[in-house]
Amino acid sequence: MTGPAAVDVRGLRHRFGDHVAVDGIDLQVLPGEVFGLLGPNGAGKTTTIRVLNTLLPAQEGEVLVFGHDVRRAQTAVRRLLGYVPQQLSIEAALTGRENVSWFARLFDVPRRERRARVDGALEAMGLLDTADRLAGTYSGGMVRRLELAQALVNQPALLVLDEPTVGLDPVARGGVWEHVEKMRLTTGMTVLVTTHYMEEADAMCDRVAMMHLGRLRAVGRPEELRRSLGPGATLEDVFRRETGNTLDGEEIGKGGLREIRRTRRTAGRVG
Amino acid sequence: MRSAALAGLPAASAERPEPPALWRTFPSRTATFCLVELQKLSHDRTELFTRAVQPVLWLVIFGQTFSRIHAIPTGSTSYLDFLAPGIIAQSGLFVAIFYGIQIIWERDAGVLSKLLVTPTPRAALILGKGFSAGIRALAQVVVVLVVSAILGVALTVNPLKIVATFVVVMLGSAFFACLSMSIAGIVLKRDRLMGIGQMITMPLFFASNALYPLAVMPPWLRALSRVNPLTYEVNALRGLLIGTPANYPVDFAVLIAFVIAGVTTASLLIGRLAR
Repeated sequence: MTGPAAVDVRGLRHRFGDHVAVDGIDLQVLPGEVFGLLGPNGAGKTTTIRVLNTLLPAQEGEVLVFGHDVRRAQTAVRRLLGYVPQQLSIEAALTGRENVSWFARLFDVPRRERRARVDGALEAMGLLDTADRLAGTYSGGMVRRLELAQALVNQPALLVLDEPTVGLDPVARGGVWEHVEKMRLTTGMTVLVTTHYMEEADAMCDRVAMMHLGRLRAVGRPEELRRSLGPGATLEDVFRRETGNTLDGEEIGKGGLREIRRTRRTAGRVG
Repeated sequence: MRSAALAGLPAASAERPEPPALWRTFPSRTATFCLVELQKLSHDRTELFTRAVQPVLWLVIFGQTFSRIHAIPTGSTSYLDFLAPGIIAQSGLFVAIFYGIQIIWERDAGVLSKLLVTPTPRAALILGKGFSAGIRALAQVVVVLVVSAILGVALTVNPLKIVATFVVVMLGSAFFACLSMSIAGIVLKRDRLMGIGQMITMPLFFASNALYPLAVMPPWLRALSRVNPLTYEVNALRGLLIGTPANYPVDFAVLIAFVIAGVTTASLLIGRLAR
């Protein structure tokens, strides 16, 4: 490997009061790969990426993004990131173009490049024709693509997506992945994505890490993980073997009401 | 077509040009947030009208009635003239004091997380938000100024003084927006912020010289008014708009000091919302 890893997590532990959300994980994401962090609600995925993107302070352990320490070099880390949170986080009272242009300014895109970069990001997400409509009129899938455009206008070295397809209908989910994949092929950026949809991770990720109750249970290429269990096995089966649990249903109780509520709210807003 | 567009998005690189200097980041972020606020206002102007109702009622009903009965001694200045700058400051206060609700909404919608992950120092984010509350207040102020002129208030026509009026309203609103965002960072919930906002608005308004001069206040109220930034805002506005004596260096210094304190406090508390 030449140069630093896109993400290098060593011994990360994070607690909220008495609750240990992330319980000592080690994780390396290589430049240019699509890396999936899989697990049910409450597994610690969102906490991990919120430490990595500087929203939460790293309590214990070390986290480097392209060699920059999230503790000491927050601004350097932020300048490399594109981040799409779980919620549908657009400003509904602005047009699509204004939403992207806003983030272009916040990422210090030089004035002379701004228009081209904003249009380029909108075009890449298939939103150029609807760019001057208020974002409040967009469908759920369009909102997600607009958020991707907001992140991409920074030309991020690392794109961090937290449950990008939650609450979307199957067609919109496919559309989001298709656009992410196209951007990755074009720009060579690294993508770190959390999801609890195993079949999506299987199809889209170069490598996955399975997370359960704050710990990593298995890391590898999806096909390797499946093969290790035998013919016909799915990632879902691998997850069950590693954790003794299914991805939905009974385990959600441990997921924390706040996170479930957030997921439901997102799903509700997507309609 | 596609490939041409993608040419605008060259290979992702972990190498970045030097970041802009901090002294450029602050004005640039402030301008960005003000621009976004103007864009929002331009798409939905209903708030301009709904929010104009209350100050207009104060001027038309309260102002005209009290002008007639001469209950409040304002010297050679008519009471309506005396009141108009107070109502301008009040409409800025009312816009700004609930501004924290927007921050909580942005937290719930995930927008705040995204803003905090951009290379924007928290103080620059808060300053930008504070002045964008000022932009919203200014839209209000223009309406109140026009209504005042129609009612015959002897307003200045000096463009420099009008510009200075806008600066004073921006500073005052920025402080109250910072106060509101600080409370948001402490209580973290919309309904609690609503309650506290309701609770402190009227005391801030009544314990100031917006409705009556300091001279007629009982000593305890006068003491409170002297530590209330709204008093200094009204003082400056009254001097600029209707020419009453004002101590501008003190008024501006107090407002700027409150803005700096407000930005500092709010930026220390805002991270609590993102956890």
